[in-house]
Amino acid sequence: MDFVAILGSAIQQAFGPTAVIYCLAAIGLNVHFGYTGLLNFGQAGFMMVAGYSIACAVTIFATSLWVGVVVGLLLAALLALALGVPTLRLRADYLAIVTIASAEIIRQTVAAASFSEYFGGQDGVTDFISGFRDANPYSGSVGIPGLFRWSAFDIWVMTVGWLLVALSCLVVFLLMRSPWGRVLKSIREDENAVRSLGKNVYAYKMQALVIGGIFGALAGFMVSLRSAAVGPSFFATDVTFFAYTVLLIGGAARVMGPVVGAIIFWFLITALGGFFSQATAGADPLIPEAIMDPNQASLMRFIFLGLGLMLLMIFRPQGIFGDRRELAIDAR
Amino acid sequence: MPAETEPSLAKATPRSDAARAALVDVEHEPGAKKPDPILVAHGIRRQFGGLTAVDVEHVEIQRGVITALIGPNGAGKTTFFNLLTGFDRPNEGTWSFKGTTLDKVPAYKVARLGMVRTFQLTKVLSRLTVIENMRVGATDQRGEGLLSAMFSWLWRGQEETNTVKADELLERFLLHKKREDFAGSLSGGQRKLLEMARALMADPELVMLDEPMAGVNPALKQSLLGHVKSLREEGRSVLFVEHDMDMVRDISDWVIVMAQGKVVAEGPPDRVMSDQRVIDAYLGSHHDQDLSEDMEETILAEAQAEIDAEHTEEKS
Repeated sequence: MDFVAILGSAIQQAFGPTAVIYCLAAIGLNVHFGYTGLLNFGQAGFMMVAGYSIACAVTIFATSLWVGVVVGLLLAALLALALGVPTLRLRADYLAIVTIASAEIIRQTVAAASFSEYFGGQDGVTDFISGFRDANPYSGSVGIPGLFRWSAFDIWVMTVGWLLVALSCLVVFLLMRSPWGRVLKSIREDENAVRSLGKNVYAYKMQALVIGGIFGALAGFMVSLRSAAVGPSFFATDVTFFAYTVLLIGGAARVMGPVVGAIIFWFLITALGGFFSQATAGADPLIPEAIMDPNQASLMRFIFLGLGLMLLMIFRPQGIFGDRRELAIDAR
Repeated sequence: MPAETEPSLAKATPRSDAARAALVDVEHEPGAKKPDPILVAHGIRRQFGGLTAVDVEHVEIQRGVITALIGPNGAGKTTFFNLLTGFDRPNEGTWSFKGTTLDKVPAYKVARLGMVRTFQLTKVLSRLTVIENMRVGATDQRGEGLLSAMFSWLWRGQEETNTVKADELLERFLLHKKREDFAGSLSGGQRKLLEMARALMADPELVMLDEPMAGVNPALKQSLLGHVKSLREEGRSVLFVEHDMDMVRDISDWVIVMAQGKVVAEGPPDRVMSDQRVIDAYLGSHHDQDLSEDMEETILAEAQAEIDAEHTEEKS
């Protein structure tokens, strides 16, 4: 068993491009769910709209990635408005239903054969990030020899990504310490009380939905830049639920919750994956083939992750950064 | 706690005298016209399917007085409250506050106009501290706009002013020791106090209290009574829904009685309690404990009469 290799790849993933993507998506969900109490189960939809925007800006309209960024942000905001108008006056669970459905609608529509001319069907869109690649100031790879290393391109993606994370955290911090953020938190606690105090609850929820969606869009940009491609399978519903897991591990309604959550999530999932693949590999595996074969082993990390999430919810539902006092009074 | 407020309960203040004096000439009939109404409702009807929950022909609430809205369970008091404050929409009817028509005005705008309500089931913001609960109550906050929220120098000054005001109110409502505690950790009575104090952050002209005494212990009740009276002393108008007859008798200047969605009687508290329509309304619903004692007496009297009758039969 090569524990150094497991540790190395776990660290590489914990700070790597994938962690950045889930961190940004979770920051958006934190604004939605953590602060405002909006159950958005369609974060993948916001990511997809943005991811395809920068891809298509180059492939279809032959403009720059920057145009795609602007369009992507606008489309994410529009999607939030479209989702919010019919549902925000209703109870929270309706938003959950509408968002999960709309994310799938977007995914199925984009993947449809009729649009394959534009969106490439199930294969998606490729060949659009040359502008991003050219701007890469790094050359060679970075890392600790023998433990892990990131390619020059990964480092470039990580630089941009973690800068976006830092910026997003700053924005969330500034917003949430303000009276505006206080109104959001109050809405999470009791909408009608806030209404009785003269605040336009509907407008606040809409603003929160748009802002969280924009953070989701940033995650979507990173998906297409990192993979140098976008496809419908990149934005399946499990993306949203992984992002929720990230948020809950770190602690909802905490500025740094998604950051810590993303790092821990990707560290654990990679370490578990590495452990089980090594434990079942070779001629004389640690776990006999009669119990588990390598194919089954690759799924073990998700089983353990689910178990871990359950234990987390039972013993520390406020997450790593949560406040135990808050929890004690949660039973309303 | 009660010691501080009790003396003020007993003695009549200039304001309370003035309030009662203003209502002397008002006739004791449902829908009576008031000399200086702050809230006027006309033809309000709210139906839930086949059930007419509220059917109020005309009602006026006098400015600067404490008006009680009483009635047996299911009389439509809370529904009427929700309609007036914009939390529910009537099927028909018009109502106005300070001369502004409120049909189709959303609840938050009603609150901004100066008509702030509390709830029967107290709505504190559990996972916010007491002081944060108070700060939310302030109106016209610059920092509540999305664009200015990120730049603290734009709203810091206003926030400090609001905090000073909030601290004064917490002091007055004896909650300053709980300032940094989560509102969710307060007791039921303290939540009532916090909700009332928070409503005052908006400087409302008309305070609407939905059962302020429900589930409050007697000692705290005295202090709450004092607080409600002090609202009138500050020149605010109060409309409250209540079941506790002692409280109604003690603090209200005017009483409106609802039964089965209609206003059945109006008048000063001492007069309205003896009104036959009011007694009928309550007897019909077996609600009030005073009345259940009455019924006990009636039943006893009937039983005694039967026994007497048997006796006379035996003798004859």
